[in-house]
Amino acid sequence: MITFMNNSDSEEEPCNERTSLMSAESPPVPSYQDGLQASEAGGAQAHRKRRTGSSRSPNNIADGDMSNSRVPVRESAVENEEEELTLKYGAKHVIMLFVPVTLCMIVVVATIKSVRFYTEKNGQLIYTPFSEDTPSVGQRLLNSVLNTIIMISVIVVMTVFLVLLYKYRCYKFIHGWLILSSLMLLFLFTYIYLGEVLKTYNVAMDYPTLFLVIWNFGAVGMICIHWKGPLQLQQAYLIMISALMALVFIKYLPEWSAWVILGAISIYDLMAVLCPKGPLRMLVETAQERNEPIFPALIYSSAMMWTVGMAKPDTAARGPTQQTWDAAEDGRENYRSPLRADSQRSETRSPGPTRPITSFEELEEEERGVKLGLGDFIFYSVLVGKAAATASGDWNTTLACFVAILIGLCLTLLLLAVFKKALPALPISITFGLVFYFSTDNLVRPFMDTLASHQLYI
Amino acid sequence: PALGLFLFTIARDPLRIIILIAGAFFWLVSLLLSSLIWFIAVKASDPRDEPLQKGLLIFGVMFSVLLQEAFRFLYYKLLRKAIEGLVALSEDGCSPISIQQMAYVAGVGFGLMSGAFSMINLLADSLGPGTVGIHGDSQLYFLTSAFMTMVLIFLHTFWGILFFHGCEHRRWWEIAAVVVMHLAVSGSTFCNPLYVGSLVPSYLLMAVAATWAYLLSGGSAQNLRRFLLCKS
Repeated sequence: MITFMNNSDSEEEPCNERTSLMSAESPPVPSYQDGLQASEAGGAQAHRKRRTGSSRSPNNIADGDMSNSRVPVRESAVENEEEELTLKYGAKHVIMLFVPVTLCMIVVVATIKSVRFYTEKNGQLIYTPFSEDTPSVGQRLLNSVLNTIIMISVIVVMTVFLVLLYKYRCYKFIHGWLILSSLMLLFLFTYIYLGEVLKTYNVAMDYPTLFLVIWNFGAVGMICIHWKGPLQLQQAYLIMISALMALVFIKYLPEWSAWVILGAISIYDLMAVLCPKGPLRMLVETAQERNEPIFPALIYSSAMMWTVGMAKPDTAARGPTQQTWDAAEDGRENYRSPLRADSQRSETRSPGPTRPITSFEELEEEERGVKLGLGDFIFYSVLVGKAAATASGDWNTTLACFVAILIGLCLTLLLLAVFKKALPALPISITFGLVFYFSTDNLVRPFMDTLASHQLYI
Repeated sequence: PALGLFLFTIARDPLRIIILIAGAFFWLVSLLLSSLIWFIAVKASDPRDEPLQKGLLIFGVMFSVLLQEAFRFLYYKLLRKAIEGLVALSEDGCSPISIQQMAYVAGVGFGLMSGAFSMINLLADSLGPGTVGIHGDSQLYFLTSAFMTMVLIFLHTFWGILFFHGCEHRRWWEIAAVVVMHLAVSGSTFCNPLYVGSLVPSYLLMAVAATWAYLLSGGSAQNLRRFLLCKS
């Protein structure tokens, strides 16, 4: 979403940086082994890092040298253990992702169902210039395809631009851009949203109060997202902006275009992350090479608190424990985990074998988070919101899409655990969601309606 | 009540939540396929022929029941494989979740999904203005729907346990009993709006299934007594 807020002039954005799912970097995993095997863990870790092909912080290099000899011997065993441990804690991470995605969808659906504003057609974005009010089906289809092409090309251009900026280290420009767009999002869209909600519920609010509320909301949001803040607050803000953005999309994208765009963007996501020359992949790899988070200006509280925590190893455990979820920084956990692993290892060496294994696991477990881009949130919510808004089967369709998206997310995370590299989060979920939407709307609905009218139960 | 079940027993453990959602997904897919079949049948037949439509509907319902059970079986197979994987992964050599727990969660998943699909639209409509039964239909429509849904959710849960137990121990008659019960319950709903014909048998069957599942899960009358009297 952060990237998505890049362009202040456009409302939707290459949330594609954001649409990749980065696996929790596995280096810390071997440290699961009990303290006795700390050295082995170090070896495994270094081995792993070499496997992923990126050099991490200097401390690890020292370990790598030292464990060079041990690596080949333990290679297969260590790899197996790594895989197992990765998969074992997978369930917890899946849930950590389920919750924000569910919350975002709930917010979007609730708003769509109650506030009329977001389902009225009041014009379109300039990115989708072709109207869909044409009489013939073919014309409408053509228009929606053209809209999609325009939108996707805008996104591609933006992404490439961003990657170039990043490659040539124009960080200040990126910072400024991001700050500007998040500013606009937090204030302007919130104002519109609040206005509409108040209108719907017929609650009167005077301007000074409104100003105060929005000012506080926006200011705290800016601080939380771009600087430091409690993790849960940051998560809440990110969920809210994703929901706001999704609502904007739902309102301003014409119907058929929205579905075609959803399909096209998942294909684009697939290509951008997996192809060697894909912009997203280049972004991630560049960040890994430089061993720094992708958007330095947007170092979220996780990395910040993390560096503070480095000085005190015992609180380092508690500091980043909850920050495994972050929606915007792909590279952050790459950045985070090597350093986290260092503090970890220093802890292992001092207490040695007397340290109970459970506390280790707890530390490790919390820290190995999975990241999901905000763009993914947005598009999931757009899908579910559109289903809620336009489907005649109402809640059944919405529910079906919701379950489909969650299952797609599960599968994606499973693949992530298997492949251990950045994966696009959109394609599987969106495919499932689309399939379920169309099939539920057209096939299941008549069936369920007839059943309900006769009060039959299956 | 189903929501209560969910909150108290499932929401704690992430693995169970995943199994639940996957169970709901499987039910959804079975529903999809069965409605596809029904849809094709309806389109291929004459829409004005009333008895034929009714017959097709009944056929659709039966077919859907069979498909649901088939998908329960598929889900069982998937969970078996998953359990082997989990056992391999876990540190102490035994799975973090037993097959019975999985059966229970899968049953709840199926039940929740089916209940949700049956009730949600009804609930949404009930928020709006209107009078129930104004056209001569039963006035108890909402109430009976609610009870029926609840009994169906519970039944799915119990069937899940029974079904998995039957598959585990290769007792085909258990599986057949589950299928027959499901068919019977759905069939009894054909008597609607003669509610006594559908609700009463369903509740009876639920009681039967409940005790059966309880006994299978290792409970007994003694356990029950101790639990109720809060003895340790």
